[in-house]
Amino acid sequence: MISHIDVSSVLRRSVCDLYSNLVTRPTGAAVRIGIEHHLDEIGDKALAVLDFSHVGLLDFSCADEIVAKLLMQYVSVDIPRREVYFVFYGMSESHLDAIEAVLERHGLALVTQLADGAPALIGEVEEDQRRAWEKICELGSAQPADLATAFGVPAENAARTLDTLWRRRLVIRQESGYFPVRGITS
Amino acid sequence: MTTVIDVPHSLDDRSFEDIFDQLAPLPPDEKVLLDARRTRWASPFGLTGLLTIAQTRLERPTLAVPENDDTSSYWSRASFFKHAEGLYDITGRVPRARQASESSVLLEVTPVVHTQDVHTVVENIQQRAQTILSEKLHLQSKVTMRFTMALSEICQNVIEHAGTGGWVAVQAYKWQQRLGRNVVVIAVCDAGMGFRKSLESSQGPRPTDRWGDAMALEETVMRGATRFRDPGRGQGLQGVKRFIGNWNGKLSVRSGTARIAIVPSWDEDDVMKEGLASFPGAQVQITIPERMPDA
Repeated sequence: MISHIDVSSVLRRSVCDLYSNLVTRPTGAAVRIGIEHHLDEIGDKALAVLDFSHVGLLDFSCADEIVAKLLMQYVSVDIPRREVYFVFYGMSESHLDAIEAVLERHGLALVTQLADGAPALIGEVEEDQRRAWEKICELGSAQPADLATAFGVPAENAARTLDTLWRRRLVIRQESGYFPVRGITS
Repeated sequence: MTTVIDVPHSLDDRSFEDIFDQLAPLPPDEKVLLDARRTRWASPFGLTGLLTIAQTRLERPTLAVPENDDTSSYWSRASFFKHAEGLYDITGRVPRARQASESSVLLEVTPVVHTQDVHTVVENIQQRAQTILSEKLHLQSKVTMRFTMALSEICQNVIEHAGTGGWVAVQAYKWQQRLGRNVVVIAVCDAGMGFRKSLESSQGPRPTDRWGDAMALEETVMRGATRFRDPGRGQGLQGVKRFIGNWNGKLSVRSGTARIAIVPSWDEDDVMKEGLASFPGAQVQITIPERMPDA
């Protein structure tokens, strides 16, 4: 199930009808809680597109409260809360400034969808994970054997990399293989 | 008895030290009169600093307003008197406040007490900042968002760390003597607990002889320490530093008896000053210079 969440609407609903900027920690916490309520309604396995298109400013504190704390709850290499995948959509250059800073601080990564519809990986990702992620996007889906062949690595190493990407919710795991996280098709 | 405090002719972050020096020996309940009659100019630091001083006095102070009409009119347009009247007994002629149509005032003196104040500051400044930063400072339009992000973070520091409200003002002007270029200056001043007490509130004093205001400033400004256990904290000030670095700006933070600065090549300030006259809270200034064509 794909759920589209307009972050600026959550801001107006949760904090104030007049605001268009995501600034301050209390604002970020209120918006994150609003998003979590939405996620609670969409089931245990879902893809959430967080749409920042109508957000003006996003400061570092708010990015930490919304993006980092949301990811830390749902994305973990240990026991994620639920199988929810995120695509961050409609982000401007200044949004990315704030988000990249908080991702680096917490060692997190996320998938963002660029204006041309192509997904991009931002944040802290090891090189083998990034290469694997890009290969999955290129192929459309992949099994460990595909990556093992493509990169000339043992199949168990490829399987471990894919499992890590899945636990970080950077790829979707299905019975037929691993798929890129994609939201809106342009 | 009333002690007269001379307000310098030109009031900025440097000359404000004269005022701190005059105030430091006085008990907080001593009546003071800040004599600004001969003051001809004040930076955002000067205006927000004067309001902050009043908040530290137990006895309501008096302010003698500048006699120069241009100066007092400017202070009025910058909303200084609107707030000063609640904190000072005012003597002298206060011009009627007019709309700050003058484009050099990016943000009038504004109180920062609650979270919604930060929203108000951000909403109010964006349009004017866009114009000033691109037309006067020749900065790319994308800098406006980063500038506003920095402003937002500095204002939040007051709410989260001061324990009291503070004041913010933003102005663009030609910095003829020191730089010969246009600059935009943000000043945020409060009379709260300051950086050292903020850190001590969670971890107590550091077990070292060096512990004091200067070391607290080093830890927070340079190393991103905060009183919170949340590892996500402290990013705001670090983000401000990145912004300063990218746009060749200057950041200075005074707290207690010390002042730390990130000093760009165009300035000759000291990175750290210790042994200053003690004053509560934190006083922050950000200066972003005009970008020259070859920069």
